[in-house]
Amino acid sequence: MAKTLEEINEKIRKGQVVVVTAEEMVDVVAEKGPKGAADAIDVVTTGTFGPMCSSGAMMNVGHPQPRIKLGGGQVRLNRVPAYAGLAAVDVYIGATAIPDDDPRNAVFPGEFRYGGGHVIEDLAAGRRVLLEATAYGTDCYPRREIATWITLKELNEAYLLNPRNGYQNYNVAVNRSDRTIYTYMGTLKAQLGSANYCSAGQLSPLLNDPHYRTVGVGSRIFLGGGIGYVVWHGTQHSPGAKRNERGVPMGGAGTLAVLGDLKQMDSKWLRGASFRGYGATLIVGLGIPIPVLDEEIAAQTGISDSEIAAPVVDYSGPYPERRPEVICHVSYAQLKCGQIEAEGKTIPTTPLSSYPRAQEIAGTLKEWIIGGKFELSAPVAGLPGADSGMVMGPMPDSPPDQADIGR
Amino acid sequence: MKVAHRIVLHFPPAATDQPIIYRLSKDYDLVFNILKASVSPQEEGLMVLDLSGEEADYQRGAEYLRKHGVQLQPLVQDIRKNDDRCVDCGACVGVCPTEALTLERPSMRVLFDPDQCVVCGECVPCCPVEAMELRF
Repeated sequence: MAKTLEEINEKIRKGQVVVVTAEEMVDVVAEKGPKGAADAIDVVTTGTFGPMCSSGAMMNVGHPQPRIKLGGGQVRLNRVPAYAGLAAVDVYIGATAIPDDDPRNAVFPGEFRYGGGHVIEDLAAGRRVLLEATAYGTDCYPRREIATWITLKELNEAYLLNPRNGYQNYNVAVNRSDRTIYTYMGTLKAQLGSANYCSAGQLSPLLNDPHYRTVGVGSRIFLGGGIGYVVWHGTQHSPGAKRNERGVPMGGAGTLAVLGDLKQMDSKWLRGASFRGYGATLIVGLGIPIPVLDEEIAAQTGISDSEIAAPVVDYSGPYPERRPEVICHVSYAQLKCGQIEAEGKTIPTTPLSSYPRAQEIAGTLKEWIIGGKFELSAPVAGLPGADSGMVMGPMPDSPPDQADIGR
Repeated sequence: MKVAHRIVLHFPPAATDQPIIYRLSKDYDLVFNILKASVSPQEEGLMVLDLSGEEADYQRGAEYLRKHGVQLQPLVQDIRKNDDRCVDCGACVGVCPTEALTLERPSMRVLFDPDQCVVCGECVPCCPVEAMELRF
């Protein structure tokens, strides 16, 4: 029998709601069938904890006396450059920013031990962060430089604003070349020596709502240990990606832009990370509840790792050159076993997304909902779906001619 | 009685130009298998090795090393997994050559078995959250 979101929220308020994680839902659907599962279960919780480079924090650092206009100036947080092209004291720090004097890949592979993601972790942990800035000075904002320690508690506002999180499925990275390569998918051994993957599979948020029937703009979510919201579809959202017979995308497809109050968050769920030879980033904990409104949603949340396939892509040639070559598809069940077969070789697999933490996020969200601390919200607008025609395009290829230079 | 130990040797700069391991083998009848070595003239050196032989010979060999200013340390103290930092992602498992780092299935937790570790150090720069620590 179909349910409404309001009926589910009423059950949450009355303490009668039945919640399972997406992992538990696999067994529920196997046992009761989609119809029985839809009757028995009200909410399925999901979770993922992986590196998500398109993440960052927006903050208002307050006005010093006398005032300074950081906008148009230069701002560093623990020596990591932050974006200040906004009003006087609004600052955005992106996860992949690194100090100007970081050696980067000058000695290859670089270590990238501290970047924007680490600044965000430090702030969330309540540790003090050094703000240093220079500005040009105006009549109303005369100050030209400042250095001060700041803490999250003292900021007027601080919120995570991540333009792209929660990729619906992702590549499995391999390396066919003769040397080890260092990528955002980790260290890849030569000659198909390793296969790295990065998804929570059956626990991953958008893999449990493949057609975006319940997740949309305004969906209340678990973000970094606090409560956040889906605010838009994420950058590179590609709902038209190829799907299997159950509607599950067979590669990267939908994405989410999310926002949440950093002051509620916990550094356990926001971790600065370094990828050797690649750069710095932020590991983000994200969890989304899926209301089981009907049989179809029950069936989709019950999809298991063996029914979700990921494309195996060579990161030594085709990926950097943007050639759309897929070696083969493998299931998350195979990936989690520890080895896959590709091109006649047995390749050991390595996850980059933490499954135990994904389970913990889905479990925490489940407790919040059962405990009446978290109600589900209806989206105010849907995410563009497979029929929207939305596709991820390349960068325009229009080099400037001589007349354009310096314009 | 035969004994076998996996140990870390720290060589003072003055000892790095002496054939110490050769002497261990020749004079004390110990069998060595070098797992890792970083020894340069006039610098502090480090060597990880399996050393085996008769208990009495091993003790005399160890005494010989100490006399030459070489510090001995059981190997397990050298690579540590900081469980407060580890997020159980698994990135280290792929680079560990000896399966000292493995994933427990089906929990997918990262396990570290110091007995299997040869202190190659690959996991240290590979860990995204600096949970693997190399201690000298």
